Amino acid sequence: MSATAQAAKPVAARRFRGPFAGALAYAAIAALAAVAAVYTPFDDYILHILVETATYAIAVFGLTVVLGLCGQINLAQAAFFGLGAYAVGLGTADLHVSFWLALVAGAGVALVMGALLGMSTLRLGGHYLAMVTISFQQILTLVMINWIPVTHGPDGIGNIARPALFASGHGFLGLCVIALALVGYVVWHLPETKLGRSMRAVRDNELAASVSGIDVYRVKVAAFALCALLGGLGGGLFAGGFSYVSPDQFSFAESIVFLTMALLGGVASPIGALIGTALLIVLPETLRFLKSVPGLYLAIYGLAVILIIRFMPDGIWGFAQTYLRRLMRPAPFAQAAPDLVLVPAKIEAPSALEVEGLSKHFGGLKAVDGVSFSVQRGSVHALIGPNGSGKTTTLNVLSGLYAPTAGKIALDAHDITGLPPHARTAAGLGRTFQNIRLFRSMSALENVVIGAERKGNEIPPGDLPRGHAALVERARAALGFVGLEGRSRDPITSFSYGHQRLIEIARALAGNPTLLLLDEPAAGLNSTEKLELRGLLKRIAAKGLTILIIDHDMALVSDVASHITVLNFGRRIADGVAAEVLRNPDVIAAYLGAEPDVAHRA
Amino acid sequence: MDLILQLLFTGIGIGAVYALVALGFVLIFRATNVVNFAQGEFSMVAAFVMVVLSVDLGWPYWVSFLLSLCAMALVGAVFNLGVYYPLRHRSFLPVIIATIGASIFLANSVLALYGPQPQVLQGWFDTPGIQLGPVYLDSQYLLIIAVTIVLVAFQYWFFEHTLLGKKLQATSQDKEMASLLGIPVSAMIMLTFVYSALLGGIAGILVAPILFVSIQMGATIALKAFAATIIGGFGDVAGAIIGGLALGVIETFGAAYVSVPYKDGFAFLVLVLFLIFRPQGLFGERVAEKA
Repeated sequence: MSATAQAAKPVAARRFRGPFAGALAYAAIAALAAVAAVYTPFDDYILHILVETATYAIAVFGLTVVLGLCGQINLAQAAFFGLGAYAVGLGTADLHVSFWLALVAGAGVALVMGALLGMSTLRLGGHYLAMVTISFQQILTLVMINWIPVTHGPDGIGNIARPALFASGHGFLGLCVIALALVGYVVWHLPETKLGRSMRAVRDNELAASVSGIDVYRVKVAAFALCALLGGLGGGLFAGGFSYVSPDQFSFAESIVFLTMALLGGVASPIGALIGTALLIVLPETLRFLKSVPGLYLAIYGLAVILIIRFMPDGIWGFAQTYLRRLMRPAPFAQAAPDLVLVPAKIEAPSALEVEGLSKHFGGLKAVDGVSFSVQRGSVHALIGPNGSGKTTTLNVLSGLYAPTAGKIALDAHDITGLPPHARTAAGLGRTFQNIRLFRSMSALENVVIGAERKGNEIPPGDLPRGHAALVERARAALGFVGLEGRSRDPITSFSYGHQRLIEIARALAGNPTLLLLDEPAAGLNSTEKLELRGLLKRIAAKGLTILIIDHDMALVSDVASHITVLNFGRRIADGVAAEVLRNPDVIAAYLGAEPDVAHRA
Repeated sequence: MDLILQLLFTGIGIGAVYALVALGFVLIFRATNVVNFAQGEFSMVAAFVMVVLSVDLGWPYWVSFLLSLCAMALVGAVFNLGVYYPLRHRSFLPVIIATIGASIFLANSVLALYGPQPQVLQGWFDTPGIQLGPVYLDSQYLLIIAVTIVLVAFQYWFFEHTLLGKKLQATSQDKEMASLLGIPVSAMIMLTFVYSALLGGIAGILVAPILFVSIQMGATIALKAFAATIIGGFGDVAGAIIGGLALGVIETFGAAYVSVPYKDGFAFLVLVLFLIFRPQGLFGERVAEKA
């Protein structure tokens, strides 16, 4: 533990200086841009284009968050933009409240609507979200046009006021630039925060995210609400900038324009959003003849969406980035990785995991049928059985991916039967998958950092800093333990299958679990890799971590496991000390295909 | 009571159109695991082609109808080659974004070529309808219901009793295994897109005399059809049909008894209620990703 602390300190100090200087430089550039916006003598036409670009870009940043970071679609950004714009319009023109109050109210309404919409659909797949957002967009347009007493209908709202301090066109542009810079800063740094990392994990692999301790649903709703909030904020500023709004400015077609902007520039980064927005505002202005034929310009947008998705899926900025990345490789780590520390759970109950009468039925099929066993603390316990005996189903019920039909699961004498996967991970369960599930757009280190960030991870213990630097050290320690620390910055896709398996194990280890579930870790490995795996499992066990392993490789199982539970046709047929279980005639019969003797059932 | 019967008839007629489009949704979804957001535009394009041929050029109704269907087969094929096929190995998000792009492209191309004025298309029959007791049966609604019954029966026979139908089913269930068994998967998917475009086209031409033929009709129909598939249970053929009929009836009664301007909002309301309380729909099973 002391090794962790010593290593963490200098790294933390270095990291602190870096971002601070960066933020200062950013603030200076933003201030310069705002001053330039106020004092450069633009004519009204240029001023309009600049205000439009800045306010649209804020809304497109929202799509960077929801689509780029979190991988969820929003086809109603114009509706959220419209909510903000109408709040400022109605608030200042009809109700005569202050611009700021109306702006905050509009952004707040957009946030709440976004959260509600997300909460009702984000448990389901992306198709539903796409269609529901389209529906929401169309309903809102219907309301804007038809609820005439409040919205003024198709006539729209005029005489929208600006705050006194930014009443001039140039002054208001300055305000928009400041807002753009602030929002841009937040969105730029979001991927480095816990929430941002969780969003990326959800985008890459929801299942792996949930067993790494991430509440997938909450992260998605947060991303969606944040996107709506930025839409509302951009819309409110837009209304102030143009002093007139009408329903057609916030139609479904505009949502598609927002989407095209995000995709064209590059959906993964706010820089891409800004590039896309600026291009799609300036280009149509220079190609005005396109607007003389109704539909033509949107038809081109539609075609552009198809072509971008097919030929430039990362957008202009993503394309440029692949070249920039080669120039700017991150500096290697100065210190060697610390040793991996695993802190055994504090509870003194003799068994780490207690399973009682666990059943999982799929319709008439009893995949798991009344299975009970307990995993001794500090032991390596194997769950074996022929194909279709219910091993993986048992593991999936244990980690919360399936709800059990009956039975009870207790981890550290704490009932976890009713908990969702991420809460089980927080309670101390770590797992790997038979078919490897890593976050494929990230580096090895980033994958393992997400594991280290598990809620309830006691390392480093309470008195040490739990900042990002400590997480990175923890992740490096875990990668070092599986022998891959030297390649921690490499993207996942560059690792061999066997190494990816080790990274998945490192991700689980970094979370310092009470119990590690390994789902067929030897599957697909060659004989050298299997030997390495055997060594690794023994080293993990030597650190006192309790392991529950499923595998077909009997050599591996008999070598590492101290206890074995055998399943056949969903029922437990043997349970006990490894050597005895392997001599059990029922077990031999189940593996060699003879009819088991019913009288001998354990 | 008379009004209720009348509304029920109208609702089932309009619901049959949603059912046909929903069927197209479901077929493409089962074959490719992708929701085609341009499904409604197939109806819109077909209706416009029909207007051009039978109204503007004055060709006989049935010739125009057959040519419109040929055009839709072509649209379906080009759609597959240009939008779905190049992206078939990517995740679902790029594909649905591309189909949304295609939907915008189709609607606005028609707008650019034909202008924004809604068009009127005559019904198939000269007789406007028949009075049956208290209920007036509009001939176009009768036609829609009849055609829907025939198409559903045809589809059942085709999928359950022909080799080609079995091959299509195999493709939709497991593409890799199907191709190992010698089924030309790409051709099967092509066929699915063509057939779905035809279904959408037929629905569009049938409903055109009832609604105006407009650029917006595609988006409206697609929203209703999607709501129908959710009510019925996603990916379920019978569910799509029953969901479509139910939605048509709900909407007709809503317009009569609650509000006309918000008629299109009822589909959304029903959709959200189902998503919250019964996301697997009436007939669907809860789907869970396999670990």
